[in-house]
Parts: sequence; structure tokens; C-alpha cells
Amino acid sequence: MSPASIKEKEHHEFLTKNSDFEVRSLDAVCLNESELKHPWWYNFKYLVAGILFGIILVKAEVISWFRIQEMFRLQSFHMYGVIGSAVAVGALSVWLIKKFNIKTIYGEPIEFVTRKLNKGNVIGGLLFGFGWAITGACPGPLFAQVGTGATATVVTLLSAIAGTWCYGRFRDRLPH
Amino acid sequence: MLEFLRQPWPWYLAGPLIGLMVPVLLLIGNKSFGISSSLRHICAACLPSRIPFFRYDWKNEVWNLFLVAGILFGGLIAAQWLASPQPVQVNEKLVTELAAYGITDYHNMVPVELFNWSSLLSLKGLILMAGGGFLVGFGTRYAGGCTSGHSIMGLSTLQLPSLVATLCFMTGGFIVANWVLPFILKL
Repeated sequence: MSPASIKEKEHHEFLTKNSDFEVRSLDAVCLNESELKHPWWYNFKYLVAGILFGIILVKAEVISWFRIQEMFRLQSFHMYGVIGSAVAVGALSVWLIKKFNIKTIYGEPIEFVTRKLNKGNVIGGLLFGFGWAITGACPGPLFAQVGTGATATVVTLLSAIAGTWCYGRFRDRLPH
Repeated sequence: MLEFLRQPWPWYLAGPLIGLMVPVLLLIGNKSFGISSSLRHICAACLPSRIPFFRYDWKNEVWNLFLVAGILFGGLIAAQWLASPQPVQVNEKLVTELAAYGITDYHNMVPVELFNWSSLLSLKGLILMAGGGFLVGFGTRYAGGCTSGHSIMGLSTLQLPSLVATLCFMTGGFIVANWVLPFILKL
């Protein structure tokens, strides 16, 4: 085996072994796939990425309660256009990363682990859909809404944290 | 340039930019795009209470907290310096429907008639803010991700659970927006 493929195999083992409790198994997405340890200030990259993302969310009006109501009443194409073209660009870039085996700027291999379907995807998905229609916000927009100065949405954000906590508390009694 | 940025951005500009978050986060540090996990990391950092689900090294995932802090600042910047002078333009049918519930101010991202501090004291405000927020937090974690994690990152990597979750997000939203929310708004 070449050194490169050994490195990829090791990285695959890192991704698939369950080191922290359930962080890498059921919890399908949003995680740190890197094995590198960097000083904390390396994270400012993500602050910048977040700022840009926040601006896009506001300017595209996808954090607008009104736009969400339109979407769920099939009165506008806007939100479908945003999500559809975002997925198209995301999928194309993932395909390119796989096809040309593109590495991160630190030379780490990028791998995509296939996730398993569970009942939570359905039950949790429906519950989140209910909340999305009521608040007009998914978790990203929750933070952006607070930033735009609608200070009362802090309550929505704190309630979402409380909801996450309750899920963790009663997780073992819920069907998965 | 600033004039252009101040206009509401069309979907064919904003959508691809949102999609670019996927390769950018992968390339600058091998991170899977997602937001809802930040709520879990906040629980793990502030109130783990010996719950196994919150007992992990959240400092490893601190990048996600930097990302959401950025989103908050981004919202602030956009509202302060890039705000569109026009209120959000929506379908006439929606305007008529919402006017019946006394919602006529389109200048903010959320209707100020519903989402304000004093309405928290009413049942309607409590359901909308506290109840809705709780469902968002509970539901996304139960589903294993939100619109970013499942609908953008998950669909981009062709994950079946993400497709199922996305369809359920939309189904849940349709049910509540069309058949439940009218009753809440009448309260």
C-alpha cells in the first residue's frame, strides 16, 4: 500500500469508529471530520464563513417568516429555487471533490460516510417541520434573526436549546 | 456596488452561494456543513447534567460555535448596513390572509406584531416563540440534522436519511402552515 492510501484507510477508521458517545453515529451530520489539532484561533475561519452565510441568509430573505409562509402555501418559487440551486451546487462540488480526490488545505483526505436511516429522521423531521412553519426559522436563521435585531427571537433560540436538551434527556425512551 | 448588495438577492444568486458553503467548509478544515449541532454543543458546554448524550468533548466541535456566532454577526451586518429600503415582497394572497390576523408590517424578518417581548405574555406569543422554538430544537436533534445538515449537506452527498428527513420537514411544515397556524393566529 502506498503511504497515501494508508493515510486514507486510517482516516476512514477515524471516521467510522465511535469515539465520543454517539457523536459520529446517529447524529448524522454537522461534525468535525478532521483529525488535526489546531490552536483555537484557527477557528476564526469559521467565524468569517458564518458571517458571510448570515449575510446571504438575510439578503436572500430565507430567514423571513413571510417567505417561509409563502413556501408552505406554494405561493412562491423563491425558497424552492434557493434550496434547489444550493443542493445542485453542493452536489456538484462533492462530486468534483470525489472525482479528483481533492484534499483539504492541510492535505487531509475528504471522505463521505454513508448514514443509516432511523425512525428519528421521520418523527424528528415532522416535529421540526411543525416548528419551522410556526417560527419561520430553522437553526441557522434562528441565530441570524437575533442578529437582525428582532430581540424577542432570543426566546425562540433559547427554547430551541431547551428542546435539544430535552431530546438528550429522554433520548433512550424515544423510538429510533 | 452597495446599491446592488442592498437589493433583495434573487434565488439564483443566493442558492448557489449557500451551496458553496459545502465545499468551502470541507476544504478549509474537513467540516460537514450543519448548524443544529451547535445547539447540542451549547447544551454539552453549559448544562451536560451527566446526560450521556451531552458527555463528549464539545471543545473538539467548537468550530461549529464560531460558525453560528458568525451567522449572528452576519445577520447584524446585513440588517445594519445592507438592509433593503423596501419591505419584503410576498404573494398578494398571503398579504390578504395575514391582514385578517392583523399582520401588516413587512419591514422586519419576522412579523413584529407576533414576535415581540410583550406578546410573550399572551398564549399566542408563547406558542409561537417558546413552543415553536422548542419543536425546532427537539425535532432537529431527533432527526439528526436541520435544513443545513440534511437538506443541503446530506442531499449533496446523496444520503437516504437526509432525503427522508427533508421530505418530513416539508410535510410537517405544510400541515402546520395550512391547517394549524390559522388557529394559533386567531388566538
